[in-house]
Amino acid sequence: MLTAAIFLPVVGAALLALIPREREEMLKMVALVVTLATAVVGLSLLFGFDYSDAGTLQYTTDHGWIDVINSRYHIGIDGISLPLLILSMVITVLCVIYSWDHFPEPHNPKAFLILMLVLETGMNGTFAAQDLILFFVFFELVLLPMYFMIGVWGGPNRQYAAIKFFLYTLFGSALMILSFLALYFKGGQTFDIPLLIEQGGAIAHGTQLLIFGGLFMGFAIKVPMFPFHTWLPDAHTEAPTVGSVILAAVLLKLGTYGFIRIAIPILPEAAKSWAPWIGLLAVIGIIYGALGCLAQRDMKRLIAFSSVAHMGFVMLGIATLTDFGINAAVFGMVAHGLITGMLFFIAGSIQERFGTRELSRLGGLLLQAPKMGWILGFCAFASLGLPGLAGFWGEFPAILSAYQPADGLSELTFRVYMAVAAIGTVFAAGYLLWMLQRVAFGTVKPEFENAHIHDLHIPEYIAWVPLLVGILVFGIFPHLIFHMTDAAVSAVTSGVDALGNVAAGAGGH
Amino acid sequence: MPFTPPSLDYHALAPEIILTAVLAVVLLADLFLDQSRKWLLSNIAAFGLVAAMVPIISLALSDTDVRSMVDGAYVVDNFALVLKALFLGVGFVVLLMSTNYVEDGDYYEGEFYFLLLSSLLGMVVMSSSRDLITIFVALETLSIPAYMLAGWRKRDLKSNEASLKYYLLGVLASAVMLYGMSLIYGFTGTTVLVDIGEQMAGNAANQPLVTLAIVFIIVGFAFKVSAVPFHSWAPDTYEGAPTPVTAFLSVASKTGGFVALLQLVFVGFFGRDDVWGPMFGILAALTMTVGNLIALRQTNIVRMLAYSSIAQAGYILVPFAIAGSNGGAGAGSAFTATVVYLLVYAAMNLGAFAIVIAVARKTRSGEITSYGGLYEYAPGLAVLMSIFLFSLAGIPPLAGFWAKVFIFRAVIDAGTSWAVLLGVVAAVNSVIALFYYSSIAREMFMNPVPDGDRTPIRVPTPLITALGITAAIVIVVGVYPQTFANFGDLASLVP
Repeated sequence: MLTAAIFLPVVGAALLALIPREREEMLKMVALVVTLATAVVGLSLLFGFDYSDAGTLQYTTDHGWIDVINSRYHIGIDGISLPLLILSMVITVLCVIYSWDHFPEPHNPKAFLILMLVLETGMNGTFAAQDLILFFVFFELVLLPMYFMIGVWGGPNRQYAAIKFFLYTLFGSALMILSFLALYFKGGQTFDIPLLIEQGGAIAHGTQLLIFGGLFMGFAIKVPMFPFHTWLPDAHTEAPTVGSVILAAVLLKLGTYGFIRIAIPILPEAAKSWAPWIGLLAVIGIIYGALGCLAQRDMKRLIAFSSVAHMGFVMLGIATLTDFGINAAVFGMVAHGLITGMLFFIAGSIQERFGTRELSRLGGLLLQAPKMGWILGFCAFASLGLPGLAGFWGEFPAILSAYQPADGLSELTFRVYMAVAAIGTVFAAGYLLWMLQRVAFGTVKPEFENAHIHDLHIPEYIAWVPLLVGILVFGIFPHLIFHMTDAAVSAVTSGVDALGNVAAGAGGH
Repeated sequence: MPFTPPSLDYHALAPEIILTAVLAVVLLADLFLDQSRKWLLSNIAAFGLVAAMVPIISLALSDTDVRSMVDGAYVVDNFALVLKALFLGVGFVVLLMSTNYVEDGDYYEGEFYFLLLSSLLGMVVMSSSRDLITIFVALETLSIPAYMLAGWRKRDLKSNEASLKYYLLGVLASAVMLYGMSLIYGFTGTTVLVDIGEQMAGNAANQPLVTLAIVFIIVGFAFKVSAVPFHSWAPDTYEGAPTPVTAFLSVASKTGGFVALLQLVFVGFFGRDDVWGPMFGILAALTMTVGNLIALRQTNIVRMLAYSSIAQAGYILVPFAIAGSNGGAGAGSAFTATVVYLLVYAAMNLGAFAIVIAVARKTRSGEITSYGGLYEYAPGLAVLMSIFLFSLAGIPPLAGFWAKVFIFRAVIDAGTSWAVLLGVVAAVNSVIALFYYSSIAREMFMNPVPDGDRTPIRVPTPLITALGITAAIVIVVGVYPQTFANFGDLASLVP
């Protein structure tokens, strides 16, 4: 069943490849049906999931794959993977709907939809893989479609952005695969993630630090953390709307998910040594991203920098290595996916109507397209972490968790981080409200005074309502996600906690 | 002492015998066929290759695993069979690629196929050679026809230069190598690799003369596999030679060199890893880095692929560098990595060259800019080319990725800090390489057609078949690498 959730999209892509390019309606219908079918499979996974046992892997499949290197086709999901898997499926459906009449130049819906479906297979597979090599293959599978999506359908500077995205990520991946192989040889000749979690702790401390370093590079570039973030603003700005949405909503999570699924549970000792540095980079990212936002003139670029800041909060939560922090991080991932995905949709629609995203040329959206203006306002408030909306539950607990990091981490350091991160939320309010003010309020600029600006189209309604509902519902009932993740997060941090007890025990003697 | 004729296993020699017979038939048929029926020759050659595959399969299925002849100088084991099959397969694909090229281009046809088969015969013999003299004879058999093939476009100055350069440097390399071999023979009193191997650990250890001999032999083969700094002939030769020949040289001829190195290093010189370990390490790091960096600046696709194939040779040298470290702990995985890489490299590189030939049929140009907008008028070719290029770059889930994984596995398995450093160099290099591979993809998908001519490309059937075979291998191995991994697991040579 989980296998179907992963490979349905790629089967759909093969189907699309057989349909002639001219039959656009049919192509779109097939893509929609396939993504919807995948989402239905996802929903049945959601309803069949045993929430009382969210900490253990469910729907597992374990087959031989490459015997020579003892790599297996091992998939399964727990409470951390599940919300992200569903997020990825839902976002893909919404993206297909949104693109219905909006295929960016040079059009060609066939190729665009094929790429989108391959992308979905990569994303779903990454969240389900329980074998390092399998994880890596899926992790990399998203690269090529995204490269082409940015490079072919992107903005004026698309080629530069596409190759920058590709090279940065591949550099991280190359070090990551070396680390995976090192784990294989040091961790008992297996790539199986659950097995490695049992055996990884036995690796010598110095080796652990090095391996963690390689993993860190791979995941941190994907997140992206400061100072590896520079590909992100370019990629987001140049990507077509749907590309930006998928990039922000799902691809960035592959990095943070990697930390939670692989790096921390397998190498808890190294994670502890690295945590203060990860925390430091995370808070630098929060402040730097926020300041970067204030300096932007392009709406999409601003949202891209806000992503850097938001992912900073997620990473801060992860760096605390506590249940509380990582729960907040997973929530933050989902919330950021919904909110920032939404913001990129709006930016794309604005670009389409006005032909520009320059903040200085926009204004008075509320007068010309009031519905879109209010939705932008709603998302801006959600993004700045207004209580009652989803953004709050990602941000606030992450900050709070830094007050009391895992045993053995310096409380002082993390409390400083906490203070800095709290200042970051003020900045976030600053830049988001500033953006809202420039775009939605004020009067219409003379050049667009007589332009006919259409308010929401039907595909936009259908694509956006689920996200908006999600933002609101998860804001009011955060427990919907926390009750999935909590048990699974405890399993992740159990390795770290065990270390803490040993250290505490040793200190007591 | 009366001469006792060596007992020959004709079953084991059947592939070589069939090849010899076929190339004689091709040569004879060429005499009696008039110009309008020369196309038969390529069919005869192709059927010959298929016929030679039959005994290889029957040998692989037979119960005798190792058939050794002439006191261990000529051995047919699983390693030899896999590589013989690889060479015949490569020969078959190159035939498919050259049929229309040679026919349309007003070249001598009969001789072309004759020389191609002769060179293949040398390679097939090389796979079984476990003796210095046999190795040398095989090497010359595979090289000399290749020198001539490189100059097949005889009215083209670049092709003449290609042939001459290749010939002069090739002969120089042979001379250096032969001198090294004579020193080895002088010291050990034998030419059989297994016997040499026994002495390497014993009385040949720490002998400066033996050290010198090993260095000479490796340098000779470094020319063959175009390792930096012995690569200078490769780009010019590759650019000037007819494109199918370039494909043949960059895959089959190079693989021939690596096969010889595998046998020399793992059977003959294994005890002296203090000599060849560091040497291969430096060669590998230089070859990867220089090949990739120069490839970045190329504007001609064949030259770019030439430098890319130099860089690829660098990756293949990595397992050699670490095979002996840590007391030979990683020798098995190093051996596997090399063989797997050779198999995968053959498919993806041949595929890329097949596309170059197909595209050149329309554009008549080798400039990278002439690939602009290929996707608009030949989407199939553009997608296939991306598959081959990204496989060369090592992006999963394509075959090239697994080849790299095997290299990295060997590196980590050896476990020394030098090995890991070499692995990091390889990792950084695969990122550099991606830049130029993806620049072709960029041209094809993201740039406009340079001259606005969007008439579709008509690809002849043999070329389509060649593309089909190579693409199928790249994709199937990419998704289910288990199919290939078994072939690489032939540790029979590993001490």
